[in-house]
Amino acid sequence: MSKLALSDDILLKIEKPARYIGGEVNSVIKRKEEVDVRIAFCFPDVYEIGMSHLGIQILYDMFNRMEGVWCERVYSPWIDLDAILRKEKIPLFALESQDPIKDFDFLDITIQYEMCYTNILQVLDLSGIPLLAAGRGEDMPIVVGGGPCTYNPEPIADFFDLFYIGEGETQNEELIYLYRKCKTEGVGRKEFLRRAAQIPGIYVPSFYEASYNEDGTIAAFTPLEEGIPATIVKEVEMKISDAPYPLKPLVPFMKITQDRVVLEIMRGCMRGCRFCQAGQIYRPVRERDVQTLKQYAQEMLRNTGQEEISLSSLSSSDHTKLPELIDYLIEDCSKNHVNISLPSLRIDAFSLDVMSKVQDVKKSSLTFAPEAGSQRLRNVINKGLTEEDILGGAALAFEGGWTRVKLYFMLGLPTETEADIRGIAELSNKVAATFYDLVPKEKRINGRVQIVASTSFFVPKPFTPFQWASQCTKDEFLDRAYTTKKAIMEQLNQKSIKYNWHEADTSVLEGVLARGDRKIAPVLLKVYEKGAIFDAWSEYFDNEKWMQAFKECGIDPDFYTSRERSLDEIFPWDFIDCGVSKDFLKREWQKAQREEISNNCRKECQGCGAARFGGGICYENQN
Amino acid sequence: MEPPDLAEVYAMKIRIKFRKYGNLKFIGHLDVQRFFQKAVRRAGIDVAYSTGFSPHQIMSFAAPLGLGQESNGEYMDMEVNSFLGSKETVERLNAASVEGIEILSAKVLPEHTKNAMASVAAASYTVRFRAGREPDFDWKSCLPRFYLQESIPITKETKKSTLDMDLKPGIYELRLCQDAIYMLLRTGSAENIKPSLVLEAFLDMHGEQLKENALLITREETYMNIGTEENRQLVPLDEIGMESEAIAATDSEAGYE
Repeated sequence: MSKLALSDDILLKIEKPARYIGGEVNSVIKRKEEVDVRIAFCFPDVYEIGMSHLGIQILYDMFNRMEGVWCERVYSPWIDLDAILRKEKIPLFALESQDPIKDFDFLDITIQYEMCYTNILQVLDLSGIPLLAAGRGEDMPIVVGGGPCTYNPEPIADFFDLFYIGEGETQNEELIYLYRKCKTEGVGRKEFLRRAAQIPGIYVPSFYEASYNEDGTIAAFTPLEEGIPATIVKEVEMKISDAPYPLKPLVPFMKITQDRVVLEIMRGCMRGCRFCQAGQIYRPVRERDVQTLKQYAQEMLRNTGQEEISLSSLSSSDHTKLPELIDYLIEDCSKNHVNISLPSLRIDAFSLDVMSKVQDVKKSSLTFAPEAGSQRLRNVINKGLTEEDILGGAALAFEGGWTRVKLYFMLGLPTETEADIRGIAELSNKVAATFYDLVPKEKRINGRVQIVASTSFFVPKPFTPFQWASQCTKDEFLDRAYTTKKAIMEQLNQKSIKYNWHEADTSVLEGVLARGDRKIAPVLLKVYEKGAIFDAWSEYFDNEKWMQAFKECGIDPDFYTSRERSLDEIFPWDFIDCGVSKDFLKREWQKAQREEISNNCRKECQGCGAARFGGGICYENQN
Repeated sequence: MEPPDLAEVYAMKIRIKFRKYGNLKFIGHLDVQRFFQKAVRRAGIDVAYSTGFSPHQIMSFAAPLGLGQESNGEYMDMEVNSFLGSKETVERLNAASVEGIEILSAKVLPEHTKNAMASVAAASYTVRFRAGREPDFDWKSCLPRFYLQESIPITKETKKSTLDMDLKPGIYELRLCQDAIYMLLRTGSAENIKPSLVLEAFLDMHGEQLKENALLITREETYMNIGTEENRQLVPLDEIGMESEAIAATDSEAGYE
C-alpha cells in the first residue's frame, strides 16, 4: 500500500477523498527498482470524468505491458483540494505511487475538449512544472499532448514539449526507446526533442515558427531546422483487432460518470457529416473482429465484476457484424445479470427490437439526432437522416411502448435560415402528432408523449468541411434560440415538447480555442492567472475573466470565430495531415453550399484520401 | 412471464466478515457496497438476484462505518444459490479484493436469521488520540471517574433541533487499554452511539473540546444480542453462523438460470 501524499487531515476535510488515494481494482503497482521510465497519464478534469475515458484505459494498459515502464494516473484536483495544494505547497502527485509528478519522465496529457485548457495549466502549475515548455530544465518531465484537440495544437503549443498526433497505439514504444537511448547517451532534453520530431506523428512545436500577414492570418509555418518535417501525418492503428486492449480495466471505488465496461467495436465513421471532426480524423473506418469482441466482452466482465457493458463507436449500427455481437451479448449477459447499453444506434426495426430486450421500455427514452430542422439544411450538413426515417422510427417506437423521445439539433449551422429553425419546432410537433395519431387514448401509458428538443450551438472545427465557416456571434446564437423557442410555443402539441438550449458564452470561446493559433497562448496564461479553471463546469466558468484576458492581450475573439475565411487561407493546423486531404474538405464545403449530399463510404468512395492507409472500409469489398 | 420468487425459498444466506484498513478508510459506506457487488462477481460467487426488471444482488451490510475509520469487524450478508464452502469463498473473495479490504470468514446462517443490518446491537472500538491532539488534562486518570457517573447527560445537535439524552445506558463498557480507550457502545438504527460522542462528553466534563480530527478510531467487532433487552448477551455477528463445506444449488433454482 502506497503511503498517501495527503494527510488524514486533508483527506477528511475535502469532498470525495476516494478521488486521490488510488489502489483501485486492476490498478498497476510496479517495483520502482525494476522501472526506468515513469509516465504520469493525465486527463485534465475531475476523477469521475477522467476515469470514464476509454483512451486512458487503453494506453495505461499498453504502457504497463512494457517492461521497465510504469504508467500511473493523475487527474485535476477538484476546487477544494486545488486550494489546499496551493496553500500548503503540496506538489501534485500520481495516484498509484503517490509520488510527485515532477519526478516522472513523462507527463502525458489527453486533451478531449477545448474547455479543459486552463486545467492543463492547473496540472502543470500544481506539479511545479514551468507552464511554458521553453522554461523547463533537464530535470523536468517531458510534457506530451494527445487526443482530438491536438489536431489543432497551436493555441496550447507553448505549453507542450511535444504532441503525439493520432492514435496512441503505434509510436509510443518508439518514443520510449528513443528516450532511453538519449538518456544513455546523455544528450539532454533538446536533442531528445530534436530526434523525437523525426518519429512519425510527433510534433515538437519549438522547432517550428509561424509568420503572419498584416491581417493576422498565417503567412507561413516553417520548420526551423534541417531534418524537421514540414508536415506531420497522423498516426493510425490499422491492425485494430490485434492492437492491445485493456482486458483488465480499472474499477473505481466511487461512482463515476461511465461506471461500466466499454467495448470499442470500431474506429471511425463512414457517414461524413460535415460538422463532425471525429468523422474525419478517425478515418478510415476500421471494425474490430466480432470473435475478438465476444472474447473481450467476456474477459472484461469477468475481470471487473461490472454489471454493465457499453458498446462504443461513432455509429454502432454501421458495424457489419452488430446483430451477431448483440445476440451473443444478450444471450450471455442476461444469464449473468449484465445490462447492455447501446448508444449511437440508428433507430429502426432492428435497434428497437434489441432495445426492447435490453431496456425497460417504459422508463427509457429514444434519441434521434437530426441536427437540423429542415431537409434542406440536413443536406447541407450531409446528415443522412430524413423526416421519413425519424417519423417512421418514432411510429415503430410508439407502437413498441416508448413514450419519451429526445431530439438533438444544432443552431447556427452554415446557410441556416429562419425557415430551417422553424423546422426544428415543426419536426418536434410532427413527432408528437405521430404519437397521438397512432396510439389511442386508452393505450397511452404515461398520458401524453414527452418530446425533449435540445439545441447546441454550432462551433466550426478544424479538419471538417465547415472549417471555412463563419461562426455565429453570441447575440446571433441567442436570437436563434429565441426563434426556436417561439416557434415551438406556436405548435399545436407544444405542451408535449420541452425545449433546452446550450449556453452561448462557452460556444463562442470553444470556437476561439478550436480554430485558434499561437497568439492564443498568452490569453490562456492570462485567464489562468485570473483564476479560471474547470471552465467546462458551468458553475465555475466565468466569461468575464476570459473577455478581460482577451482585451488585455489585445486579441479580438471575432477574428477566430465570426470572420469569413477565404478558400486559400493557410490555417494554423494545415501542417498536420489528418488523413483526409484539404481538397476533399474543400469539395465537401462547396457541395454543402449547393445543398448536395455525399454518399457514405460503403456506398460510394468520395476520395477523401484515407485509402492510402491501406485498410479498413476503403478495401472492404476488394478482398 | 416472470419466474416466481424462488430466491426467498431456496437461497442460502451467507455472512461475510471483513476488515477495512489503511488507505481504504477513505472510501465511504456506499463505495464499500459497490466494491462487494463487483468483487463477488469477480470471485465467481453464485450470488442470488432479486426478480423484476432490474434485478440486484441480495445483500445487506451491517452498521455503516464512518469515513476515516478502520475496522476489524465488518459484516455483510448475501444470499447465494450455491455455496463454494467457507474456505474457498474466503480465498476467492480475497483474490478478487484489493489491499485494504480483507475477508476474514464466510459462514452459513440458519434460516430466518434477521439480516446483518437489523441484527446489529453493539460495536466495540479502540480509540486513540492523534499525537499532539490529546486533551490538555490528565485524561487517563480521569477516565474511570467519567464512566462511573450515574448518568451522562448530553445535548445532541441534530439537523433540525437539539435533543437532551443520557449517554450512560448506551455505554456498555469503557476502559483504558494501554494508550487507547476501549469502548463497547450501543449501535443500530435506534439510538446509535458514536465513539466521538462519548469522548466529546468526556472532554466537556473537563471544560475542553476535542481538537480538530483528534481521534483515530478502529471498530474492533460488531455484535448482536442473543439475550433479551434486559439481560443482554452480546456475541459477534457471525457467532450464529456455521463454517461449511460446499453446498450445491437446489434443482428448482437452477432451472431459472
